[in-house]
Amino acid sequence: MTPRTLFDKVWDAHVVHRFPEGPALLYVDLHLVHEVTSPQAFEGLRRAGRRVRRPERTVATVDHNVPTGDRSLPPDDPIAAKQLDALAGNARAFGIDLFDLSSPQQGIVHVIGPELGLTQPGMVVVCGDSHTSTHGAFGAFALGIGTSEVEHVLATQCLVLSKPRTMEARFTGQRAPGVTAKDLILALIGRIGAAGATGHVIEYTGEAIVSLSMEERMTVCNMSIEAGARAGMIAPDETTYAYLAGRPRAPADAAWARAVLAWRRLPSDAGAAYDTQVSFDAGAVEPQVTWGTSPAMVTAISGRVPSPADFASEDERQAVARALAYMALTPGTPLEGLPIDRVFLGSCTNARIEDLRAAARVARGRRVAAGVRALVVPGSQQVKAQAEREGLDRVFRAAGFEWRNAGCSMCLGMNADVLGRGERCASTSNRNFEGRQGAGGRTHLMSPAMAAAAAVAGRLVDVRAWEVRDL
Amino acid sequence: MSEPFIRHTGKCVVLPRAHVDTDQIIPKQFLKRIERTGFGPALFHDWRFRSDGSANPEFELNRPEASGATILIAGANFGCGSSREHAVWALAEYGFRAIVAPSFADIFYANCCQNGVAPVRLSGDDSDELARRCRAGRGAYRLTIDLEAQRVTDDAGGGFSAAFTMEPYRREMLLRGLDEIGRTLLEEPRIAEFEQGREAGFGMREA
Repeated sequence: MTPRTLFDKVWDAHVVHRFPEGPALLYVDLHLVHEVTSPQAFEGLRRAGRRVRRPERTVATVDHNVPTGDRSLPPDDPIAAKQLDALAGNARAFGIDLFDLSSPQQGIVHVIGPELGLTQPGMVVVCGDSHTSTHGAFGAFALGIGTSEVEHVLATQCLVLSKPRTMEARFTGQRAPGVTAKDLILALIGRIGAAGATGHVIEYTGEAIVSLSMEERMTVCNMSIEAGARAGMIAPDETTYAYLAGRPRAPADAAWARAVLAWRRLPSDAGAAYDTQVSFDAGAVEPQVTWGTSPAMVTAISGRVPSPADFASEDERQAVARALAYMALTPGTPLEGLPIDRVFLGSCTNARIEDLRAAARVARGRRVAAGVRALVVPGSQQVKAQAEREGLDRVFRAAGFEWRNAGCSMCLGMNADVLGRGERCASTSNRNFEGRQGAGGRTHLMSPAMAAAAAVAGRLVDVRAWEVRDL
Repeated sequence: MSEPFIRHTGKCVVLPRAHVDTDQIIPKQFLKRIERTGFGPALFHDWRFRSDGSANPEFELNRPEASGATILIAGANFGCGSSREHAVWALAEYGFRAIVAPSFADIFYANCCQNGVAPVRLSGDDSDELARRCRAGRGAYRLTIDLEAQRVTDDAGGGFSAAFTMEPYRREMLLRGLDEIGRTLLEEPRIAEFEQGREAGFGMREA
């Protein structure tokens, strides 16, 4: 038999039918739903008199537009409240589990899926959100879809899709101290570009990937979409099984043993062929900071703002010139030392417990710089509770950070957490697009430890020079 | 289900920027609607309008010669970023029936096809040439996009003609304005058979 990649195996196991015109009808194991991209899909079902085919494979939560302040108060945005009410009504009417604002399991959809053990190796996972690629960290094929496709999956439990190509991104060597999963993925995106993996599923391989924790793997897979990939995947291994064992919705007892046996067959076979390969020396990666308005506009913290003239194509030169004008940056400026106004620790990329610990180690015993407003938004209410058990909330509050409830928050600024015009933000999120965190806001993406250090220094700094403290 | 797209002739406007993301096409503050309509007025909001709410005369779509354009000539990797289908709803409601670009982001491309908006991939050279001709035409330049023939031609007798390809399934959907769900539901017996054939106990445990 021809050696197959991890992706080939998951794909093959889910093909229900091949349409004569080419694409496959692909079975979906887990459909995650949130308030912003689903109301029109449910309305479509209602109009056509259709039901949700497998409500037990469909799980909903609220995250994109939820307030992160006091949960005992009603949301002060009536339009957002209407969207939350619509999801509650749809979940009731169609028989879907919903983790709403009153639930201790509420959180960002890509944080709670893994946390609850819903996300498992070998699955096809979809959600009306591009960062669904996060779940590929478990060896699932997980992809973001549009609202029409959400409706299609609700109605049929399947997705129509042409088979994407495969790309292997191999990270050799080991990370240097102070270098995180976020730095690895940012460096890769910087190398291959914002469309470098369009039409491809990336499989991340190599010793620097194998040695990552599950949460770090999620950070890597999360940003696959920022390179244009359909999905990112990492082969399941003992790290994966140890994370999943005992989670509420993971298989248990005899079913667990059977599942692990099946999962062990998933990793790519020796000699399996990828359509494209890229190799990266993880040991050479430094902490990364974006300087522009695309995650691909990134360099090491020791670097300088580039000049449009440094770029080969006219398209790139124009894009860089626009980005520098928007970011109010001059070519040649060192990134280290750039003053900031805001810090955002949060998002589906970097708001899990390990991220909060890494930031707290930097923040402990220090103070947020005068004039800087810093926000910590845990990825889920469970992450928040865990952090509070460990006393991280006290570390952050004592340092002058605001401690919030879970949600997408300032990653996309649909709720009240937004940047003001011209404000510069050190952010652990995933997109530095124009206006993403607030109209006129300027975003620099980086790791949680780097963002925490920026909060304390009031400017971008290299966290490797800092003493980190025990918690 | 959407209006079939077979052939369309219309006026063009050029948006000469690479990597236009869906946050630009429809910013997040407009995503709170629970309908598929009402997004057109917010298309490219932060570029179209200045911070005081007035129209930005510099923005390509606000120029007089862009008025009534139905074909957008865009840069590479158009529609990257967020999966929000609201971006396509906004483009369609504003009046665009087709987008011509050297490349598209995957999710955006699929979303176009779901809404009767034709995403047309032309080579970078052909796109550049089209953009040049469109600018020179100062609002009078019109294109015909023939999805049946998979060809883009201009009206001006200027002789622009370029072939494009679209995967047959997507093309068929657009040509016939197909209801994809209705079509998949015809395969219901296969879906049921697939579910029954799966290894018992594999996957999610019931809550």
